[in-house]
Amino acid sequence: MLLDAGNLRAMAIGCSILGAGGGGDTSVGLLASLQAVEEFGPVRVVDLDELDDDALVMPCGGIGAPLIWIEKIDRGDEIPRIIPIVERIHGKPVAALMSAEIGGSNGLSPVVWCARSGRPLVDADGMGRAFPEVPQVTMEVAGVSPNPAVMTDERGNVIIFDGIDGHWMERMERAAAVEFGGQAYSSEYQMTVAQAKTATARGTVSLAIRIGEAVLAAPRDPVASLVETLGATVLIEGKIVDVERRITGGFVRGSAAIEGLGPQAGRILRLEIQNENLIALEDGEVRASVPDIITVCDTQTATAIHTERLRYGQRVTVIAFACDPIWRTPAGLELAGPRAFGYDLDYVPVEAIWRGGTSAPA
Amino acid sequence: MPPLDLRLGIDVGGTNTDAVVLDPNDRLLARAKVPTTPDVTTGIARAIASAVEPLEVDRRRITHAMLGTTHATNAVLERRRLHRVAVLRLGAPATFAVRPLFGWPEDLRAAVSAGEAIVEGGIEFDGREIVPLAADDVSRFAASVAGRAQAVAISSVFAPVSADHELAARDLVRKELGDVHVSLSHEIGSIGLLERENATVLNAALAGVAQDVARAFRSALRACDLDPVTYFAQNDGTLMDLEYALRFPVLTIGSGPANSIRGAVHLTGMSDAIVVDVGGTSTDVGVVVRGFPRESSTGVEIGGIKTNFRMPDLVTIALGGGTIVRSGSEGVTVGPDSVGYRLSEEGLVFGGSTPTLTDAAVAAGRLELGNHAIPAGLRALLDAALARAEAALADAVDRVKTSREPRPLIAVGGGSALVPDSLPGVSDIRRPEHFDVANAIGAAIASVSGEVDRIFNLGPGGRAAAVDEAVSEARDRAVAAGASPATVEIVELEEIPLTYLINPAVRIRAKAAGPLDT
Repeated sequence: MLLDAGNLRAMAIGCSILGAGGGGDTSVGLLASLQAVEEFGPVRVVDLDELDDDALVMPCGGIGAPLIWIEKIDRGDEIPRIIPIVERIHGKPVAALMSAEIGGSNGLSPVVWCARSGRPLVDADGMGRAFPEVPQVTMEVAGVSPNPAVMTDERGNVIIFDGIDGHWMERMERAAAVEFGGQAYSSEYQMTVAQAKTATARGTVSLAIRIGEAVLAAPRDPVASLVETLGATVLIEGKIVDVERRITGGFVRGSAAIEGLGPQAGRILRLEIQNENLIALEDGEVRASVPDIITVCDTQTATAIHTERLRYGQRVTVIAFACDPIWRTPAGLELAGPRAFGYDLDYVPVEAIWRGGTSAPA
Repeated sequence: MPPLDLRLGIDVGGTNTDAVVLDPNDRLLARAKVPTTPDVTTGIARAIASAVEPLEVDRRRITHAMLGTTHATNAVLERRRLHRVAVLRLGAPATFAVRPLFGWPEDLRAAVSAGEAIVEGGIEFDGREIVPLAADDVSRFAASVAGRAQAVAISSVFAPVSADHELAARDLVRKELGDVHVSLSHEIGSIGLLERENATVLNAALAGVAQDVARAFRSALRACDLDPVTYFAQNDGTLMDLEYALRFPVLTIGSGPANSIRGAVHLTGMSDAIVVDVGGTSTDVGVVVRGFPRESSTGVEIGGIKTNFRMPDLVTIALGGGTIVRSGSEGVTVGPDSVGYRLSEEGLVFGGSTPTLTDAAVAAGRLELGNHAIPAGLRALLDAALARAEAALADAVDRVKTSREPRPLIAVGGGSALVPDSLPGVSDIRRPEHFDVANAIGAAIASVSGEVDRIFNLGPGGRAAAVDEAVSEARDRAVAAGASPATVEIVELEEIPLTYLINPAVRIRAKAAGPLDT
């Protein structure tokens, strides 16, 4: 499969939906990737099965504040410049780049870097959604080392980190990103293809495109088409009646209430938010929870609405769908289950809560 | 400036151009409504003539004339009479991933661009330089567009934090190109480089249009033997004088809805309400907060280009008095097309053959208009169409609200009979006198404002001192623009603390407004 002007718009829609309300706006990333394929040609997407088991996969992404990235847009060659450094450290060529996070803007940025470096993009990523922190990736769950992390800025400064664990990697990289002007670009958790086969969320690039194409192909009812493509559960269709939100330490926290409309009148769904939509509650019962993906879509257009853009009166359909199976393992839940975000409740997969369809919980 | 006596307000809408004359006590002395013409200017001249003609007092008592016009919007949509703009971005080595004007419609870019460059410079979020400004590159670029560029648009990364690089680049450009129009992004938009840059380029491209409009306005006034001071309505519901309008023509885009909202405030005396303005083709639903239009927090698209300068926060639906009603295979359809100003020929109640929402309102007894009976066979269709229109209105009204608390609503515009007597979530519906020329009245009574939006580094006085400084600067600007010092007041004050800074700083946005000094 090739990424070009014909399917990047669809991919951007898909990355937004997979962002679970977070991951940053995809509009700058879409423009950047469209410009990159126009200037450097289309990008090849490869499945891990097409690569040699001992070939090197390089995850990459941006780290910093989304607000800064919409102002100080990247140069475009940040990650391509650090590829030779990663190759020197590992003593072998980088066979392909991989998005560290498919959800939101980080899903699209690697398209720019692949176009410029002539590398293919792996049809996988490190989350299958969006999460706020560097170590909240499937590679961490699978025991891949984050070291060495290589970080750069638009000027050409490079830092190589060797952390004792993923938590320290997050702290060190965030601090350096502030010094670089609030935004930087990095690679962690480089691995062989053999490791990547079990340590990543696979097929997520093609999933993002399928999601977007399903939405674009059904202008009359894009939400229904989206739900069918994802096998998602509709948690509620209604209108936002309350948003409570505060920004602390650069993170968005709060909650939103959605009141059912039409046949669902009388129902109220409440979303708990920390950058992403984490928990959906109704009548005190959990209807879906992290690490499953909960996305608020515009009922008419199916566009994903980011948590910082939720507003009273919006007509929305809230959907939930299964996360990558890695997140449902004990190690995965320890890193990114409800308790990792401070909610004292046991995780139940969304399809188990809603067994038997989308009309009522089992 | 002459003492304020009579005022002439003109507002150009999609269907009609309206004009009113008000006396010093804001009483309506004359009003006119004429069809908007394709060139806009002819319609303005006719509206002025029709409003002034029946005046029983000496027309030379008109000391002030205020115009809200769609010239700028039309120029962008039609790609006509736009200046060629040299587009300069200060942001290298960053920002190359999306070049200036990337994603613009090709014909608009061809009509506007006289060359684009990204040179080294720009600011970090904390006020430091990304890299020093490459002054030689700025001069070289300016020299390279000499003779081709009629205007220059300069946008620096994080210009809203510090305008230093934009101001330095402007001086370098002026040295090369002389007294050319220069638009600076920090004066036009907010955070979001690409949207702010787009708005800045549009502003520069509209500099010539602004001059044309100013000239046409003057000559239309002279043709009626008038010689008032002229003002332009801007999109925040206040006025700008000629000099300011020539510098910021892009701010006239969106002035129509802002005028309607100000007019609705004036006609009802209510300063917090929902305002529904039903025209011939479309309906704008907005919100007035403390007497001024609530502004949009997200970007707006103009002619296919994303921008982020401040605009009234509106929900616009294709629904007006001239909206065409049809019955099709899937039942009744309402619009989105309209007979526009031809309503008085084509509508059923006027003896025409096109069913419209005005006919539906007459059939339902909401309105008395025309002299032709509506065929009984069409009654069911019209009733169904009116129900559809009401549901769409109710939905639009709910969308502009920020909470479920019931709010009062003011219905204005020529088609406001379409607004029913009750709507969900609305406590009270007001239909003021002269509702159909509320927009022109809004232009005539609009006040003058002054605004400050910049980063203040906190000194020994802390936050309070910074706020005081911003507030008094905004007041001074409003007074300098012609507001009465005794009545000018702060209508908006917003503080946004900046994090991650070594020295604490805060972004303060303050706006002062007051009526014209008499």
